[in-house]
Amino acid sequence: MFFFILRRLGVLIPTFFGITLITFSLIRMIPGDPIEVMMGERSLDPVLHAAAMKRLGLDQPLYIQYFDYIGNLFQGNLGASLKTQQSVWSEFTTLFPATLELALCALVFATVCGLLAGVVAAIKRGSIFDHGVMGISLTGFSMPIFWWGLILIMLFSVQLGWTPVSGRLDLAFDVQPDTGFMLIDAWRAEMADPEYNAGAFKDAVMHLILPAIVLGTIPLAVIARMTRSSMLEVLREDYVRTARAKGLSPARVIFIHTLRNALIPVLTVIGLQVGTLMGGAVLTETIFSWPGIGKWLIDAIGRRDYPVVQNGILIVATLVILTNFIVDILYGIANPRIRHAK
Amino acid sequence: MTSISTAPTAAPVEDLAGGYPSPLKEFWQGFSHNKGAVAGLVFMTIVAVCALFAPWIAPYDPIEQFRDYFLTPPAWADGGSSRFLLGTDELGRDILSRLIHGARLSLLIGLVSVVMALVPGVVMGLLAAFFPKALGTLIMRLMDVMMALPSLLLAVAIMAILGPGLVNAMIAIAVVSLPAYVRLTRASAMTELNRDYVTASRVAGAGLLRLMFVTVLPNCMAPLIVHATMSFSSAILEIAALGFLGLGVQPPTPEWGTMLASARDYMDSAWWVVTLPGLTILVSVLSINLMGDGLRDALDPKMKRAA
Repeated sequence: MFFFILRRLGVLIPTFFGITLITFSLIRMIPGDPIEVMMGERSLDPVLHAAAMKRLGLDQPLYIQYFDYIGNLFQGNLGASLKTQQSVWSEFTTLFPATLELALCALVFATVCGLLAGVVAAIKRGSIFDHGVMGISLTGFSMPIFWWGLILIMLFSVQLGWTPVSGRLDLAFDVQPDTGFMLIDAWRAEMADPEYNAGAFKDAVMHLILPAIVLGTIPLAVIARMTRSSMLEVLREDYVRTARAKGLSPARVIFIHTLRNALIPVLTVIGLQVGTLMGGAVLTETIFSWPGIGKWLIDAIGRRDYPVVQNGILIVATLVILTNFIVDILYGIANPRIRHAK
Repeated sequence: MTSISTAPTAAPVEDLAGGYPSPLKEFWQGFSHNKGAVAGLVFMTIVAVCALFAPWIAPYDPIEQFRDYFLTPPAWADGGSSRFLLGTDELGRDILSRLIHGARLSLLIGLVSVVMALVPGVVMGLLAAFFPKALGTLIMRLMDVMMALPSLLLAVAIMAILGPGLVNAMIAIAVVSLPAYVRLTRASAMTELNRDYVTASRVAGAGLLRLMFVTVLPNCMAPLIVHATMSFSSAILEIAALGFLGLGVQPPTPEWGTMLASARDYMDSAWWVVTLPGLTILVSVLSINLMGDGLRDALDPKMKRAA
């Protein structure tokens, strides 16, 4: 196990440095002069220009710039936003809980519904339900989620008035962002001040439902398809026939003997959805004005806030490779064949 | 007279043809067995015809503004005009014409970005398979790095550097879909490399290029074709997403995603502005994915009827 982790780390570290190379080159691949791009199109005093170049270290040779960049990273210095002058890291940590809360809820929604739909479709193979699930999941897989979000808002918020259009919480509530997770914060605020903050938790839930469904749609489709095909494969195994022949109840055969073994590939797929979720968060947060990482990055790109774009992407990519690393390790624990494979 | 003399020779040929159907016929049998795939093919043929002959099929110029017809509902709805079958948008442009011209862009971008990813992807994948030591490791590590970035985020980052626009969007989407081609080509080439026919060809003195492109590559084509279909559909989704975020094709060019970018403001007043472009994207992407499933059934006998 130790060597397995070591081997995976051996892949992880070069990948991380590869990503720093990409984010480093990002700012230097902008056509034209980065200073002019950052300061605006107007012509700049050459003295000021040289000073800005020196301040940002852009007058140094490239490899020195790169080593400076890495050095800064390891000292925890990720630069500051050009607009707010706040450090990128502190902006990230304030906004990240919002994205995490949304992504986790989307993942729970996708996993629960996807597993159920996949299992039932596999058991009732060839039935109308099976065809329905497969049809819906292929549609979900093909869904332009930004449009899906608009349609849901149009239906449930504008027409029926059931859910709010955007944001995380109604402004009427007085909720301290202690944890950053609105569900927890709203719950605590409601407990602390039941009179003034009555209904805060419900409001937070109502804000969360639509974005979570939108973000969870593609993972849901992927998980349902994967569960179904994995279940069908395991259902063909001899030991399942043996279990049935022994006279075990159908529920026991399905959930204890089949599903547990069918879950292994499904878990990998769920782990791999982290990247999809981060990409989808960009669109979902833009549609629902959800104050998270995705919207932050898109806004930063819109106003050419390069330190935020550069290091925001670095942080997100690092998170994705770390999650994949953890999934790999868990997979190795679950399946010895993976652990000992070369 | 001649008919009698040719009859005996014609019969065995026909028998043989019955025994071994031509590859094309066999492919079509597998493909048409999948009803969804045929439906997808029919829809995409219609879209492709619309795209090819857009200026002749579309009733109006896609950027022409009819100033008396802002936000006209579709012809069948209340207040609709038979002049505009699918209604008009906030600037009085005919939505049907914009959708038809939009098909042109979406298909073009999809096609170009697939080719732009497929060609270097295949070459890099083959190189990685033939030189697994140094070069292969380097290529695969590079691909790992690119895979670590969520694809839409990478595309957005590339657009942030290159600036919005049609060509830049194609480049961004091609770059994003490159790693999958490299991995797929390498994986299938690695299995083929151990086969006897490759060794035979090597012993017979085939050069490197011949081994790569004539001996090995044709046997890796099936998964690549299926993947190219699937990535064609995700390219259409990504270009629409970039357009929606304001980073893709710029208005007033009619592009399906860009059409949705401004639609948000009309959610409570003009449902057709919001619904129709997205529905077009969804049905097109769904059709291509259905075709992809059919292609896999037809091309890969091992996967046939498995899932």
